[in-house]
Formats: sequence, structure tokens, C-alpha cells
Amino acid sequence: MTDQTEMAVRAEIRAWLDRNWDPSLSLVEWRERLVDSGWGTPTWPTRFFGRELDAPLSAIVEEEMRRVGAVGVARSGARNLAIQTLLSHGTDAQKLKFLRPTLTGAFSWCQLFSEPGSGSDLAGATTRADFVDGRWVVNGQKVWTTSADHADWGLLLARTDWDMPKHKGLSFFLIDMHQKGIEVRPLRQMNGYASFNEVFLTDAEVAAENLIGDLGSGWPVAATTLMHERSHGDPSAAKPTEPVNGLGRVHEEERREIEIATEPYGWYPQRAGRVDLILDRARETGTIEDPAIRQEIAKLMILDRSAKWLGLRARAPLAPGEGLGPTGSLIKLIGSIVARKAAEVHTYIAGADAMLAGGDGAHGGIVAEVLVSVPAVSIAGGTDEIQRNIIAERILGMPKDASVDVARPFRDVPKNTRG
Amino acid sequence: MNYSFTSEQNDFRDVVRRYFSKTSPPNVVRRLMETDAGWERSQWDDMNAQLGLCGLHVPECYGGMGFGFVELGIVLEEMGRALVCSPFFGSAVMATAAILNAASEAQKLAWLPDLAAGRQVATLAFMEPGSGWRGDCAGTAARKSGEDSYELSGAKAYVLDGHTADAIIVAARREGSNDPQALSLFLVDGDAAGVLRTPLQTLDTTRKLARIDFSAAKAELVGEPDMAHEPLARTLAQAAAMLASEMIGGAERLRESALDYANLRVQFGRQISSFQAMKHRQADMLVEVELAKAAAYQAAQAAASDLPEFAAIASLAKAAASDACRQTAIHAVQVHGGVGFTWENDTHLWFKRAKSSEAFLGDAVWHREAMMQAWPTGRSDCL
Repeated sequence: MTDQTEMAVRAEIRAWLDRNWDPSLSLVEWRERLVDSGWGTPTWPTRFFGRELDAPLSAIVEEEMRRVGAVGVARSGARNLAIQTLLSHGTDAQKLKFLRPTLTGAFSWCQLFSEPGSGSDLAGATTRADFVDGRWVVNGQKVWTTSADHADWGLLLARTDWDMPKHKGLSFFLIDMHQKGIEVRPLRQMNGYASFNEVFLTDAEVAAENLIGDLGSGWPVAATTLMHERSHGDPSAAKPTEPVNGLGRVHEEERREIEIATEPYGWYPQRAGRVDLILDRARETGTIEDPAIRQEIAKLMILDRSAKWLGLRARAPLAPGEGLGPTGSLIKLIGSIVARKAAEVHTYIAGADAMLAGGDGAHGGIVAEVLVSVPAVSIAGGTDEIQRNIIAERILGMPKDASVDVARPFRDVPKNTRG
Repeated sequence: MNYSFTSEQNDFRDVVRRYFSKTSPPNVVRRLMETDAGWERSQWDDMNAQLGLCGLHVPECYGGMGFGFVELGIVLEEMGRALVCSPFFGSAVMATAAILNAASEAQKLAWLPDLAAGRQVATLAFMEPGSGWRGDCAGTAARKSGEDSYELSGAKAYVLDGHTADAIIVAARREGSNDPQALSLFLVDGDAAGVLRTPLQTLDTTRKLARIDFSAAKAELVGEPDMAHEPLARTLAQAAAMLASEMIGGAERLRESALDYANLRVQFGRQISSFQAMKHRQADMLVEVELAKAAAYQAAQAAASDLPEFAAIASLAKAAASDACRQTAIHAVQVHGGVGFTWENDTHLWFKRAKSSEAFLGDAVWHREAMMQAWPTGRSDCL
């Protein structure tokens, strides 16, 4: 395997695609062939559905796949979080059991981390898992769970030891979402959408072999998941799955899969402020001639362009796939500032129309959607305040806040009361 | 467009930073700002002998080193950081750019080698008492007095180092010109008869400004008659981009000094930098300074590449720097608390430079409007 040349790899994948690529297969059938051949994740170890190719050779595989329009493995959204977490922390048995059906798209996933009582303070989770009669019994509530309504499996962070300090008493599980102990309810947001769910766990069960990592080491495992979630949220990171415009059953099923995966994110561009609409809107409405509004537009444009250039500068020295580290917090905080300013300027441009929404609202309701979606951007994925703490402590090297909760049993730490 | 400095540029920055940290520590700044001239010929000569900075961006055919605005921007950023007291901005940036943009080939060959070597110090007089930043409302008039000579009459104000410069480039209108709106540039010897130079009292005493009254002062036309409007606008845009670089150097120094002080200062039994109010303020200061830096670097790049959208980006960078510098200076005094309001503490030196720079060459409001006028038509993301 190690001395494979570019040409040999190209010849091999071409021959394999010739024999196996067939758009009339079902999506899962095709992906089973792909995963079992190792061509779906060619950089992975041979015994876990890979071929141990380096990145340049893997790029050749992707190129050949694109050339014939072949669909790739399923890696979007929470599936990728599950995959990355399993690769870093799963046992061989867990990898063998879960990676294949995840890559084929047979299993879909959700992430059961945030709770009503622990948002910024994720390690303060109070959902409990107790070991009873050879299996884990889970009780508690999770929130902001994308895709929980159709996920097959969940990545669960739960407390297994209440006498340890908070970071040491958590464990990480894979939980079967199809069981009677789990109730999923849509959570309606202030912008009217329900992109997330609340998940109620009442004596839900987890098999003993579905503990990931050691008992009590859930926090470092969750940190891996979160790291990949952040890089996923970074617009410069791996491109979202793009459907191949082919005909045939496999393509139809893939388009449906992407539709389901992206459905919750339809309002995300509005959440970021839609700066791209500002100049056109200002010209259409004539507000571009208003000297006071021009100043506000200019402030926004200066912020937005500077933010773009700062992002490009931050990423310029990075290798492909390398994360931004704490600089990501700076970029995220700036994104909030841009979005908030954009909502303000959209309001000036819309004038009285800022009072309207939907079909009566400005720009077909998009402006109204901006105004009521922007508040999410400074909360989701770590609030602005948390980003400022990270910037201060990890970029500027300022002392950590004196903590009152990490050096004593979690049982004794003040918590939000339920309900 | 490059989004990072080359390793050579980074090495160059290190050399420049080391040089100014040695030659322009705060006690030297304080000594020079108390002098009438505001700078010292011996220090100026040493800087040019050691580093040749005045010729950095001047093409080699005119006696310079042939680098561009990115390297010049690095120098200005470091000068802003060290608050260097010298006539560099007026001479190496404004006057040199005006000559490069407007002068004839023969004039460039005659004048630039002396400016590039620092043997001559020049400045640019484009504003008048009560005039705006555009520099196109010259009440100063030039009367033809001979084959190649003119006599200038009128008043210029806010002239950077105008009281000490060896030569002054002056924007004026020609009497009898067919186009009464047309501007021309003239070179006047600083010591010529009919030149009265009056230093102005400045808020920032590290930046000296003068009023200059001309009464029939002998002047030489720079470049073509009546054609100075475009080269002057270009010169001022280049100067605005370079001033933005100087400003972000000063802003970063202020930000760092506030952070250092917060780490040193103990109240309530702990470093004040451990309080979240202080940490969040420092995070906000970093955001403001880093955004303004990104804009200033982009403007230097756009100047170096002579992009068509350069004027818009220069105004963008100057507006960003004006806001960021002001805000950072306010934060820096605040973080220092009572000691930050004393004369003895150095914060006020950079605070005053920030305030003066906020206005110099056009404040944020002016440049935001200039940016909107220069913004390329089309989509929001065309810059």
C-alpha cells in the first residue's frame, strides 16, 4: 500500500467505479459497496473501511468519484460528529459496529449535550445515568437538539458520578433514540421556526457496551465532538454536501437526505445579518441618498469588509483542515457584531416596513426574518460573553476567573432548579 | 491579494521595531515634543544612514530602494507604536508621493534623490484656514512671473512640520487659467522671501503643525499646469492609507500597555486583569484593533497593487482606524485608572496622537462618505 503511485491509484479506483458505480441502486446499497471497498474514506485505516492513502492520493479518489458523478459516504451534520468522536475515542468493536451504518447513511445522529440548566456551562449537566441490572438507565432533559425527531442514535453526555467534581463525573454514551423512554418535542424559536427539539429522557436505556471512553471521562470525549462542531460551523471549513445533479434512484435518495439535513438551517443566512442585501436594498428604497443612513451603511460595510479580511488573514497561515484555535472565538465574536449592526441598518433602510413581516414585509419577509433571527448568532455555539472569556484567557493570557465549582463534589455545587 | 506578510517583511518589521524601541523610547519622545522643531536632525540622519527609510518606497532610478506601500506601511505602523518624532510623514509619505504622482520626469530626477536620502525634508501644504480635507478649495493663487517661475500668494494651514521643512509643495490655482477650478502644485523653498511660517499650538505636541502665509513667494510649478486635481487626490488617498497604518501601530501599543497594567495592578487582593469586566474590555479592545489592522493592511496592499478600488479601501481603512484609535485610547486611559490621567504616565502621549490622527486627513464621518462615493458600483461584496 505504501508505494502506490498516483497512476496506480487512479487506475484502481477507475476500474472499481466501472464495475460498481450504478445510479439505479438504492443510496444505502451503493454506499455499502463504497464503504466496504475502502474507497469511501480512503485516508482511514484499512481495518476500518479505509485504504490508508495520504491526502494527495485521496484527492485523486475524490476527483475520479466526481468525474463519474458517484455519490460519497454520508458525513453531514451530526453524522460527522459521531464519526469523529468514534474515531478518536471508540473501541474497535464500537467502530466496527457504528461506523459502517453511519457512513452508509443507514444511521442518522443527534447530539444530546445542552440542557435547560446548563448552556454555557455544559459540564454542569444534570441528566443522570445510573447503572442498574447491567445497563445504564438515563433520566433528564436535553435541549437545542437538531434532528432529534428523526435520529436513530444520539451522542449523550450524562452524569454518572455526583461525588466527583463536575468535569470528572460525566460519561459519554451512544443512545438508541427509538425507545419508549425518549420523548422528542419540537422547540419553537422567537423567529417562528422550530429547528431544534427538546428531548425528555425517562428511564431511557443504554447498553453497557455503548459507553464511549472510560467511565467518568465524558468531558474530554465531548470536547472532541465540540471541536469538530466548531470547525463545521466555520464557513471556511469543509464545504457542505453538494448534491450531484444526476438521474437515478441513488441521486434522488441523496437529494432527499440533503434536504432533510439542511432543512433546519434555512434561516441561518438571515441569522448572520444578510449584509449582501444592504446596498441593493438601500438603492431600491432610495435611502442610499439619506446622509445619516449612508453613514450607518458605511459603518456596516467597514465592519463587514474588515471582518472578511481579518478572517482571510487568520486562515492564511493554516494548513488545510487546521483549526483556528482561540482565534476562532475572535472571529465568532466579530460575526455577532457584524450581524447585530446589519440588523440595525436593515431597520433604517426598511423604515415603516420594518414593522411588517412575511409577504407584507420588506424583501419578501427576509428583512423581518433577519431582525428576529440575529439574536441567535450571539448565543448559539457559545455566547459572546464566553467568547470574550476565551479571547481574554487564551489569546491575551489573562488570569482565569476564580472558580467556585470545579474543586468540590458536583453534588454540592449550586444549580438551576428544574422547571 | 496577499493575506499574510512574507518572512522578509516580518524580518524587516523586527529590524525597524528594534531600531525605534532603541531610538524612540518615551523619554526621547517627551524631550523632542517639548522642542519648537519637534524633531532632531541628528536622529533623522541616523535613521536614514542606518535604515534608509525615506527612500524605502522610492523607485531605484530616483535613488530609492524600490519597495512599495506594504513595506512603507510596516514602517509607519512601527513609528506609530514608538510615537517617533520626525518629519517622516510629511516628507517621505506626503511630499514624496505628491512628487511621484505629479512631477515631471526631470523634476523627479532632480528632487527625489535628496528626499530619499533624507538630505532634504519636504512637506505638503494642501489645506487652508477653514477648508475641508479634499484640498481642492485652494484660495492660494499663483501668478506667472517669468518663463518657468511663479509667485504664490495666500495662506495654508495645518501644514505638517511646515515650520521646519526645507521645501513645501503647495496646492494653488493659477491666475488667468482657463479653468478657474483647476489646481496646480508648486514647490516653494521654505526659507524663500515672502514665506512666513507660524507654528500652531497643537493638542498632540509630537505632531507639529504650522500656518504658512505666502506673499509673492517664488515658486516652481510641479508637473503640468492645472492638472493637479487627480494626483493630489491620489496622494491624499495614499497618505490616508499610510496614516491608518501609523494609527493601528499606536492603537496596538495602547492596547498592550493597558493589558500590561491590568496584569500588574492589584486591587481587592487580586490582579485587576482577573475581573471579568476587565477581561471583556480587553477582548473588545482586541476586536477593535484587529479589525482596524486588517483594514489598514488591506489598504496598504491595495495601494501597492494600485487597485482601481484603492480610494474606497483607503477611506475605509482611515475611517476604521479613526474609530478604533479613539476607542482604544479611551479604554487605555480607563484601564489605567487615576494614574492614566496623570502627565507622568505615558498613556496621554498616545491618547493625544490618537485624537490628532482621528481628525488628520479626514475624520471617520468624512471618510465614510468618501468611501461611499468611491465604492465600486455593483454588489455589496465587490470589495
